[in-house]
Amino acid sequence: MKKYDAIIIGAGHNGLTNAAYLAKAGLDVLVLEKNSYIGGATVSRELYPNWKYSNCSYVCSLLRPEIIRDLELPRHGLQVVPYGGGVTFKENGDYYGNHADHERLLREVARHSKRDASAYERYETDVMKQTRLIRPFLMRTPPDPTSLKPRDLRELSVLAKSFGSMGEEGLADTMRFWTMSIGDFLDEYFESDVIKAHLAGSGIIGTALGVYSPGTAYVLLHHYMGDVDGSVGAWGFARGGMGAVSAALSASFQSFGGTIQCDAEVAQIIVKKGKAKGVALANGDELYADIVVSNLDPKRTFLKIMDEGDLPADVVKKAKNFKIRGSSGKLNIALDGLPTFTGLPKDSPLCLGEKHFSDSLPKMERAYDEWKDGTWSKDPYVDMLIPTQIDPTMAPPGKHMMSVFVQYAPPKIHGGDWTAEDKAGFEKTVIDQISNYSPDFKDLILHCETRTPQDIENEVGLTEGNIFMGELTFDQLLFNRPFPGYAQYRGPVQGMYMCSSGTHPGGGVMAAPGANAAREILMDLKLTNTVPGGYDDD
Amino acid sequence: MIPHDETMMLKTPFYSRCLAACEINMWDDWKGYTTPQAYTSVEQEYFAVRSNTGVFDISPMIKYRFTGPDAGAYLNRLLTRDIRKVGIGRVAYTVWCDDKGQVMDDGTIFHLAENDYRLCAYARCLDWLMWSAEGFDVTIADETAEVAALAVQGPTSCAIFKNMGFEGIENLKPFGLTRFPFEGSEVMISRTGFTGDLGYEIWIDPSLAETFWDRLFEAGKHRDIRPIGSYALDMLRTEAGFIQAGVDFIPSEEAVRTGRSRSPFELGLGWLVSFDKPVFNGRKALLKEKKEGSRYAFVYLDVEGNKPAEHAFIYDGNKEVGTVTTAAWCPTAKTNVAFAQVDAKYGKPGQELVTEIYYERELKWTRVMAKCTVIEGAVFNPPRKRQTPAADF
Repeated sequence: MKKYDAIIIGAGHNGLTNAAYLAKAGLDVLVLEKNSYIGGATVSRELYPNWKYSNCSYVCSLLRPEIIRDLELPRHGLQVVPYGGGVTFKENGDYYGNHADHERLLREVARHSKRDASAYERYETDVMKQTRLIRPFLMRTPPDPTSLKPRDLRELSVLAKSFGSMGEEGLADTMRFWTMSIGDFLDEYFESDVIKAHLAGSGIIGTALGVYSPGTAYVLLHHYMGDVDGSVGAWGFARGGMGAVSAALSASFQSFGGTIQCDAEVAQIIVKKGKAKGVALANGDELYADIVVSNLDPKRTFLKIMDEGDLPADVVKKAKNFKIRGSSGKLNIALDGLPTFTGLPKDSPLCLGEKHFSDSLPKMERAYDEWKDGTWSKDPYVDMLIPTQIDPTMAPPGKHMMSVFVQYAPPKIHGGDWTAEDKAGFEKTVIDQISNYSPDFKDLILHCETRTPQDIENEVGLTEGNIFMGELTFDQLLFNRPFPGYAQYRGPVQGMYMCSSGTHPGGGVMAAPGANAAREILMDLKLTNTVPGGYDDD
Repeated sequence: MIPHDETMMLKTPFYSRCLAACEINMWDDWKGYTTPQAYTSVEQEYFAVRSNTGVFDISPMIKYRFTGPDAGAYLNRLLTRDIRKVGIGRVAYTVWCDDKGQVMDDGTIFHLAENDYRLCAYARCLDWLMWSAEGFDVTIADETAEVAALAVQGPTSCAIFKNMGFEGIENLKPFGLTRFPFEGSEVMISRTGFTGDLGYEIWIDPSLAETFWDRLFEAGKHRDIRPIGSYALDMLRTEAGFIQAGVDFIPSEEAVRTGRSRSPFELGLGWLVSFDKPVFNGRKALLKEKKEGSRYAFVYLDVEGNKPAEHAFIYDGNKEVGTVTTAAWCPTAKTNVAFAQVDAKYGKPGQELVTEIYYERELKWTRVMAKCTVIEGAVFNPPRKRQTPAADF
């Protein structure tokens, strides 16, 4: 039986990135994917003839430019096209337009509050200070603060120096920022409800917390710390849908001689004498390698495909306690034409960006209350985009694809499974909300794929359907991601590693966890590092 | 609900006249307003101000109005200057600082009437103005769009205003303001500007803007009046020694990196700080700085040769001691001037330093290490700027 140098479990973007760097270093690498298609949550799927759906992740900003360039993803077909704009519709018929042009944006903010237009610049500066602090650590392994190893001490000193460069007040601001709620944070800048509501969305997306829950300010940062061509905080579309990212990663991986096997669900990581030896597939086949890398979330990794008996009890406990709560669902809709929105000219550049229909923080907090009650929000926070206005490859000419991210939806309805009736109710809630602001929307729907957190878990494998593979709260970040003592991508069993979004620096289509994990593996194998260092902002 | 305005760019009240005059179609985005970079020739526009009269549309300048019983006390807390010394009908250049003593912006404060002031600023700062207003009985309004304004600058500007019928304008002192009836309403004229020459700024209701422009140009047609764009203005202000927010310093609320903002002392503006006021924003930090010393000095440099020292590093021997923020050849002063931020100990007038200048001629780049000398102040500072009554120069 053939033995590989390394087996990666899960062909999501982090698994493919990890595999590409290992293969680039000369290893014989096999990626196993349970589905019949690669990509995990980074996919473009034709679920309606001639329409491509980015039916999980749907926009691109966090994907590290160092990796895009180093793995030659553009040569392998990846094109990221930035978009701007964005609208939050108000109940009273007005809206807030989040213009791409800075001065135009401030003029629009001033229309809602002149004071807020001036506060907006302070807000931007302060958020930028925080992104500057975090960005250099995206392509670094978190130091172990309890370790005295030279490398950990060196990395800790880099961390300390970065914090030090913020100044006394900056340090205090950072501690506040990482622990406070997005609602409290925005209240310190703005008086206009709709502006706060527009900005607060980034603090709760994918997160089982409300706008006034501590920790959500950091989640906003997580959405601001990416960039498109150096424009920090900008977002773009992967041309052809998010599957273009995994397709390019897979082509890059294969150019280094790697192998991908689909329809190959891993049932068990084989551990012998405390060492990883390979994997057993659900169909009974066994495949061998001394390096086994899990791109599954920490819960699935340690509680589903590893034998608890092979693990320290401490790890089992930490995996069980890991917070990975499902909070969001999605609708992917094929449209017969471009819908109109009340009050907004059809050719407005604002239409190219996200649309939201929650115009105040209390409304968003109430949406969270319903999640806590065990049901979907009846007036949810929606992040809706129509990428086909920019990307001509995802629908026939004149037709459109709409991606609707919905916050909040629980993994279970009042403790039980989602029924077909529940799912229909969830879908109706979202479609009705959009229809309130777009009278012709319903008539344009040709097909709608509705995904509850349960659907996402069942198909993609994300526990509870949590898009980040674990909450992005301070207790689960940096050297605590996924858990203390295991933040450097090494598992508790020799030869077993983790490379998923459940590791530092967390979720989103970033590819940094995959790359960082590869660097650690190559170091353990005493091979030359193939993973690039991070770009410097200064 | 305030109605939507779908246009991308705003137009100033003088836009129709600017558009008609802008022959070379070079436009800027100044705080969201379409404004000309140049109308016909930057050189001609520059010399219009030094030899005749140039007209620059300053309507996009951010303007705040302060009224109410505490307006003066409030401004004395906000600004570093002692506003009690700025009488009614007077204008003062000033800066304002955050509590760390870092400059948020510079601008001019107009004492319009009892308990009535206007502040002209580079950056929007309403949020800071409101935070500073807690505890004061003052009303603050953004009137940027409600006031049209023109800078009318140059040696013949007073004579042109007299032609327009503004009797007695020649007696207006520098930093004074006065009002004249105009078309059933009035125009406010201040003897202020950003060119270092004799000149005025006019403030008028936007509905009268076009009429004012037409009357002004009619009155000045035999004196070669011409509109000027931002490129010419930049040359003029450099020659006159005026710093520019966003160019020569970063407003402190926009500074992302620690240490990139500057105090008034570090911008050579210590003279604007009145410590005899018991309370003002940044006082404690500035007092500490005055005692313990500043990090940087802001200097004017007379640079050897004729190559503008744009973006140049400055050396003392082999040691890099600063960088240039603004540089230009000054056509009237016939001097190659640079503004620079240097380490504090290098700010003494007369000190010799070296600038590292790169320039290109037909794709060939040349590096010169040009000597430069720290000079006292502006290289252009003619008596006509101050002379009152202003003559028809």
